[in-house]
Amino acid sequence: MKAVRTPEENRRISWFCFFATLAFLGLVLLLDQLIKPTSPMYMLLTVLQKGSVYALAAVSMNLLNGCTGLFSLGHAGFMLIGAYTYAIFTIPSASRDTVYQYYDAAVRFSFPEVFGNAMGPAGTALGVLVAVILAGLMAAAFAYLIGLPVLRLKSDYLAIATLGFAEILRAVCQWQKLGPITNGSNLLKSFARVSKFKLVLGSTKLTLSTFVPVLIAAVSIMIIVKLINSTYGRAFKAIRDDEVAAEAMGINLARHKMISFTVSSFFAGVAGAMMAMVLSIAQASNFKSAMTYEILLMVVLGGIGSTSGSVIGSFLFVAASEWWLRGLDSGTFLGINAPNIFRNGFRLVVFSVIIMIVVLFFRQGIMGERELTDVWLNRRRARQKKKEAGK
Amino acid sequence: MRKDRPCILKTEDITMQFGGVVAVNNFSMEEYEGEIVAIIGPNGAGKTTAFNVITGVYAPTNGRVSFDGKTVIENCPRGKMKKSYLGENAGKYTHVIEPTPDRLTALGMARTFQNIRLWKSMTVFDNVLIAKHMKRSSNLFSATFGLNRAEDRQQREEADALIETVDLADVRDELSTSLPYGKQRRLEIARALATEPKLLLLDEPAAGMNPQETVELTKFIGEIRDQFHVSILLIEHHMDLVMDISERIYVLDFGSMIASGTPAEIQANEKVIDAYLGVTDDA
Repeated sequence: MKAVRTPEENRRISWFCFFATLAFLGLVLLLDQLIKPTSPMYMLLTVLQKGSVYALAAVSMNLLNGCTGLFSLGHAGFMLIGAYTYAIFTIPSASRDTVYQYYDAAVRFSFPEVFGNAMGPAGTALGVLVAVILAGLMAAAFAYLIGLPVLRLKSDYLAIATLGFAEILRAVCQWQKLGPITNGSNLLKSFARVSKFKLVLGSTKLTLSTFVPVLIAAVSIMIIVKLINSTYGRAFKAIRDDEVAAEAMGINLARHKMISFTVSSFFAGVAGAMMAMVLSIAQASNFKSAMTYEILLMVVLGGIGSTSGSVIGSFLFVAASEWWLRGLDSGTFLGINAPNIFRNGFRLVVFSVIIMIVVLFFRQGIMGERELTDVWLNRRRARQKKKEAGK
Repeated sequence: MRKDRPCILKTEDITMQFGGVVAVNNFSMEEYEGEIVAIIGPNGAGKTTAFNVITGVYAPTNGRVSFDGKTVIENCPRGKMKKSYLGENAGKYTHVIEPTPDRLTALGMARTFQNIRLWKSMTVFDNVLIAKHMKRSSNLFSATFGLNRAEDRQQREEADALIETVDLADVRDELSTSLPYGKQRRLEIARALATEPKLLLLDEPAAGMNPQETVELTKFIGEIRDQFHVSILLIEHHMDLVMDISERIYVLDFGSMIASGTPAEIQANEKVIDAYLGVTDDA
């Protein structure tokens, strides 16, 4: 059950979450230094990188689907906008002509360079940050335009319309006429990517290739959580529970749906930018509707309406598909060597079966509608009750 | 009648036509500040439709609604409806003003629903608190980053005070749907009051209540009128309740108003008895 909190408990939980996040970030920073790319444990860092991308995507989708009750499937499209915006504005001028092989590049500057020239190394980092925020803003701007007609629709119709728009965005990105900007159907590369993120302090060199995506995801998710817990978040939930009543109680439906849609898309855009910097390429054909379904799956696995559920769901999903079940594709799994069964594609079979089991028997997902903090709080209360009874 | 006071709600020639059916025909009424007015009528008479027009859920086909001295809704037969319009007074109104329900709520109109519409996944407290969202001065940014603490605290205190006044403090943290029926009704009224309305519209507040709960509700409605200084417009089937608390009554039958007046006048009205009271209210 969702625990009702007193203001005192709320404050404590906020601080607890804050410090837990700080501790986690510290741990990631440490792992980043300890695990070298050659180590077999490097998979853990890959999972953390990709997991944080998907976690942010899933949490932002959860804001829309879980909290506001708008069943939208346009996420891949907005991530695409984010990834392309980020990539285009961070390609260094030296490698621009090799990237835009067949076109005459229209954007002839990159934020890390512009800021880097003006302010030194700190400026380069700032440039990357500006590009990430711009990626979010672009996605939000597109979401606003798409939202104007689309948000009048409800449930399945909204899902179909947003899905369609996402596919249109992908097709437009691959359009030859836009080649000078998007490089047509060719991929974008050579832009600022995680493997290049380093902090040099005198003689010590800190690797930040996992820390940066995790940090961006953590900050973004924190902002989303703040939004969900604010008066706007409560209004979103009212819309989800009963639109007619929400409107009768003075909540402007069109406005609030638009806010939820654009904010969700903003963070989808940020996730797209992170995706680009983690994969170090951006290509429109990666952002198919299958990606939206994957994200939706993570939200459902974690429990619709639960932010911590979405985070847990996405890390589990990425870990399973990228790491734990890898052996199913390459011959040896759990020490069993059966190259005839465990060959390319078998992983997806097992994966589908797992998902079917989850959907059939754990319909609430891992967390249901609770948050981790609810579980923690309920435990704590039960313990206190026991203590009092003991006295 | 409290004609000495300003008119809070006035409807003029409201007509609502769905396809070829005129659900409400030329309905005009007035309500003065502090009054309790009831709309009654047999099933399908168009009471709830009239309610939905007044609260902005439907745009009327023709007619005008004024609230607190301002015209808030006005419409005339347009487009296809121009040809197929069956009501009267076509051409009398020329403006088109179609606010969404939330605009009207912001002006000071709050309603409850015939089939209770509470936010199901939320507690009693949250249900009341969300109705305060409309009164916020914070924007998206300040609300997200916690720059509206003072306002938030004040809204929480107001919500708690309201819950206390309507006697729901003992179930404050319960899920709204886990309450017994009578308390759910009470909560819905509390939620409407949280928007600080001037006019409270109650759509069959006693529907599904047992006699004991109905008596309590009758008392409750009178109390909130005096305590919150609201005017009340209600639709009701329970004749005891209507005759007990309303100062004036409008009677609808097949969409048209057949009578209006004080409870005593209505009880004596032949037309009303024919249409409604004498036939259906035996039980």
